[in-house]
Amino acid sequence: MKSLAELQAIKERTLKSMTSRSDSEDNTRIVVGMATCGIAAGARPVLNAFTEEIARRNLKGVTVSQTGCIGMCQYEPIVEVFVPGKEKVTYVQVSPEKAAKIVADHIVNGNVVAEYTVGSIAK
Amino acid sequence: MYRSHVLVCGGTGCTSSHSHEIIEKLESEIAARGLQDEIKVIKTGCFGLCALGPIMIVYPEGCFYSEVTVEDVPEIVEEHLLKGRMVTRLLYDETVQADEIKSLEQTKFYAKQKRVTLRNCGVIDPENIDEYIAHDGYQALEKCLNRMTPDEVINVVKDSGLRGRGGGGFPTGLKWSFAAKNSADQKYVVCNADEGDPGAFMDRSILEGDPHCIIEAMAICGYAIGASEGYVYVRAEYPIAVKRLQIAIDQAKEYGLLGENIFDSGFNFDLHIRLGAGAFVCGEETALMTSIEGNRGEPRPRPPFPAVKGLFGKPTNNNNVETYANIPQIILKGAEWFASMGTEKSTGTKVFALGGKIRNTGLVEVPMGTTLREVIEDIGGGIPNGKKFKAAQTGGPSGGCIPADLMDTAIDFDNLTAIGCMMGSGGLIVMDEDNCMVDIAKFFLEFTVDESCGKCSPCRIGTKRMMEMLEKITEGKATLEDLDKLEELALYVKQNSLCGLGQTAPNPVLATLKFFRHEYEAHVVDKKCPAGVCKALLNYKIKEDMCKGCTLCARKCPVGAISGTVKNPHKIDTAKCIKCGACMESCKFKAIIKE
Repeated sequence: MKSLAELQAIKERTLKSMTSRSDSEDNTRIVVGMATCGIAAGARPVLNAFTEEIARRNLKGVTVSQTGCIGMCQYEPIVEVFVPGKEKVTYVQVSPEKAAKIVADHIVNGNVVAEYTVGSIAK
Repeated sequence: MYRSHVLVCGGTGCTSSHSHEIIEKLESEIAARGLQDEIKVIKTGCFGLCALGPIMIVYPEGCFYSEVTVEDVPEIVEEHLLKGRMVTRLLYDETVQADEIKSLEQTKFYAKQKRVTLRNCGVIDPENIDEYIAHDGYQALEKCLNRMTPDEVINVVKDSGLRGRGGGGFPTGLKWSFAAKNSADQKYVVCNADEGDPGAFMDRSILEGDPHCIIEAMAICGYAIGASEGYVYVRAEYPIAVKRLQIAIDQAKEYGLLGENIFDSGFNFDLHIRLGAGAFVCGEETALMTSIEGNRGEPRPRPPFPAVKGLFGKPTNNNNVETYANIPQIILKGAEWFASMGTEKSTGTKVFALGGKIRNTGLVEVPMGTTLREVIEDIGGGIPNGKKFKAAQTGGPSGGCIPADLMDTAIDFDNLTAIGCMMGSGGLIVMDEDNCMVDIAKFFLEFTVDESCGKCSPCRIGTKRMMEMLEKITEGKATLEDLDKLEELALYVKQNSLCGLGQTAPNPVLATLKFFRHEYEAHVVDKKCPAGVCKALLNYKIKEDMCKGCTLCARKCPVGAISGTVKNPHKIDTAKCIKCGACMESCKFKAIIKE
């Protein structure tokens, strides 16, 4: 260890892997339905895709967690996104590819991906 | 990248209730479900709420599971980690709200705490230096070495108002300046981790939960006073603390944070661990240094003070674990930040080990000046079983006690001294109406009699004679004259003993005599123990009108002291009775009383 820069590099690198341990109420929350129906429909790869995408983009203040059955099993995997101060958005039949787009459009740029939401299916 | 972190307490308290088996089970259950690349299990230091151990926190939800057993693990993995459904029956009651969970910081136990020295305990993995660095670790050391002069470092510590947390309360910055002033070819930095007070475990928890902060602080101290070598003297009875400290030292060496030319500054510092064999006297600084030197742990007179002639005859700075734990943050956040907490003459925070008759047994850190009432009623959750608070014992065998009517005293060094008590290292043992104060004084004196090293006669003989007087009192054989003699001898031992052990050994007796003299007098004059503890003064009796003659007590009595026939009131033969209380516990009609 020769310099502050080296120390900072370790700090940044490690903090990134510790983000899931900050559970502030101001965080944006991405919740993946992980009941039997969700898992059967492929929710696990979706959950991991969100985690990886957020790590890759180095996003702060975003937590990915799981929940049980939301009740619309035919639309699983279902993902709900809670941005503080905004209405909840429910995405249905999410795939790892869709997850990447949701992070890019919705989480980063604030544009809800309307075509993936539960509203678009009901039509 | 892990989507979930599971933190399990690996402190001594939770380890003794099988947290290691829980971790093993957790890892095997996670692997069995193929989740090992998604979920990370981390063994942390103490969370503080030891009464509810073993403790587990699952992130990102931040949900707090208490009193987890190995049998609960498959359910946690299956339900929570795999399917995302919290196991509500295991959640800590206080965190459960109607529709979601509250964060831990909002619970009564944590809300009034201010965690400075314990900031990383239960938060980071103590065996991973990177996590310490992620929480600003070793930045203070870099700041000192490359951007401050030794004098500037000492001045910051002086201005912060930090005082020795081992019990003495001596200003830390001043102590450092003494050692810095004396020039020598070699100087030493020593950390006193020989925590020996019954009931105190704050130093152990810091070493277990955040060992790197002690290493960093000692290196800073070395730079400030001009020492290149340090020793941590830690009890061999703290195996987890020793192991984690050793791991931490090895990691710091590997990163070049210990060793030669640290941060390219030309400063060298090396650190060694020395294990204490469990003698209480070795917590006294001169005895501690004698023990490090490889000799029998006995104290020597001061002066010369360690700053002049300490370890191996060289100028030495000696601080307690908790004192050092404050240093990195004082350097990083500044003296003013530290001085803004606490009271004018006692700045910062203090860690207390809450024990005894209290709901939330555990480790708490509060700003100096917090009242005893807040610590016991709000944070500690009060006295269980609806009993009444009687007194709090502070500072273990060298301390005193705070009675109920002084419960609103703001706790700091000077206030406690003013009421005839002392801060001590931070053990806080809560006592209720069922505790006999004479018995408590006897308990602590028994400890010091046992631990007296025998080098000086006031301590060796004086404490033994005091002990005999206390035995006489608890057996109902003493006179009021004995009470005066006891007090006189206590003051003599206090004034004439060689080291801190003897000088403070009479404190529990003096404090209880001051606040609870009426209890002593009840033992001497009325031959009664008001709390019903001292066996020689107790008699068990069966109330004839309440006894149904069920014969249960007679069958329970181990010495056959109870006689009587079925459906007729029974009687206890006091000559045979050994006062074990088994009859009273077994009676379903509350017909047996002790008086």
